[in-house]
Amino acid sequence: MAFLEFKNVRIVGISAAVPKKVVKLRSRNSGYSDEEYSNSVGVKETHVDDSFTTSDLCYYAAEKLITDLKWEKSEIDAIIFVSQFPDYILPATSPILQDRLGLSTECYAADVSLGCSGWVYGLSLISGLCNGSIKKALLMAGDARRMQDQKDPLFGYAGTVTAVEFSGGNNGFDFHFGSDGSGYDAIIIPDGGARNQFTAESLKVHADDDGISRNSLQSYIKGMDVFSFAITTAPKSIKKLAGKHSLDLKSVDYLILHQANKQINAKIAKKLDFEQDRVPESLTNYGNTSSASIPLTIVTGIGKRLQNESKRFIACGFGVGLSWGSVFFELDHCFISSLVEV
Amino acid sequence: MELQEFIGKFAEQFDNTDANEFKADTEFKALDEWSSLYALTIIAMVDDEYDITLKGDDIRNSETIEDLYKVVKSKK
Repeated sequence: MAFLEFKNVRIVGISAAVPKKVVKLRSRNSGYSDEEYSNSVGVKETHVDDSFTTSDLCYYAAEKLITDLKWEKSEIDAIIFVSQFPDYILPATSPILQDRLGLSTECYAADVSLGCSGWVYGLSLISGLCNGSIKKALLMAGDARRMQDQKDPLFGYAGTVTAVEFSGGNNGFDFHFGSDGSGYDAIIIPDGGARNQFTAESLKVHADDDGISRNSLQSYIKGMDVFSFAITTAPKSIKKLAGKHSLDLKSVDYLILHQANKQINAKIAKKLDFEQDRVPESLTNYGNTSSASIPLTIVTGIGKRLQNESKRFIACGFGVGLSWGSVFFELDHCFISSLVEV
Repeated sequence: MELQEFIGKFAEQFDNTDANEFKADTEFKALDEWSSLYALTIIAMVDDEYDITLKGDDIRNSETIEDLYKVVKSKK
């Protein structure tokens, strides 16, 4: 029962960066038209540009947020970088970002390799760090420059930054987490890691069960399995979290779901009895942006109005791993930077 | 849970295929309208109506609507 609570910590600001370049969604399967496909998955377009890595987008989002919050760079004591597309296999990307952003060499910097659940996991790690000796920290999360070109048209590129601060007396965050590695191959890039090292074979194109051709450096997705996992596990996780804290879901202003697919998200919202206006989305114009999807949805779907208000949130990330996490928190006069397009 | 009721709910998911075309022995993946997107709709329908979680293999290994009905029934 992975429940976690961290008090005395809060989110003070959120920013996101995406490439300017927009790609309209095209069906990858001759069985249905572009329009049918787009309507079914809920994505009209994505922002994709291979000039940028995840860390580039997080860098731009971080510069914007640090300026907006008027933070001194020397005060930032920790960064966590969540991505499945780091700059290199080694070194980790977070020290590169520490240097590029001009942060102190006394900065705690670590990478986390998680996808759709990554922002929620990253938030738990960074809130655990902000215990008073570390006061200001940045959670960077996103994915870009995936090895897949047109084969996975659902995925958009984004890098996000969540500024977290030690804040005595604050209610902080209540989490629920889960993992099920028996589904490790439900979403997988089989080659290029240590298990199946890169060889010339890795570039050979195979057709998967759905008839989609990919090489072994591109992601394979068992769509039906991921779908059934998501529509059952995400609502259960949120219900467990609410049950644990006797939280009435009617009192929650916004449910922010990982932006997986329109049908999945509609099902989860329906099961939890959330009307559409309490479930903002970024899927239509940005696609599935992996660990960036929750903060990107807050930036583009709610935005500036959070600056003068206090709102209650439940966020839930679920997917590759398989891995999932839900969190309840309040954003009180939180600064939301305008979207950075590069 | 009855086979006829299951076939009815299965048929309701389709827009362009006549409801009379759906029989116990209909090979649903051979329907003109069928695509992998309908697989998700069927998984969602079974989750809604029967509170059963179908896996990809359950759809893959079923040929007829009755095959799938038996899978759902076995998970009840």
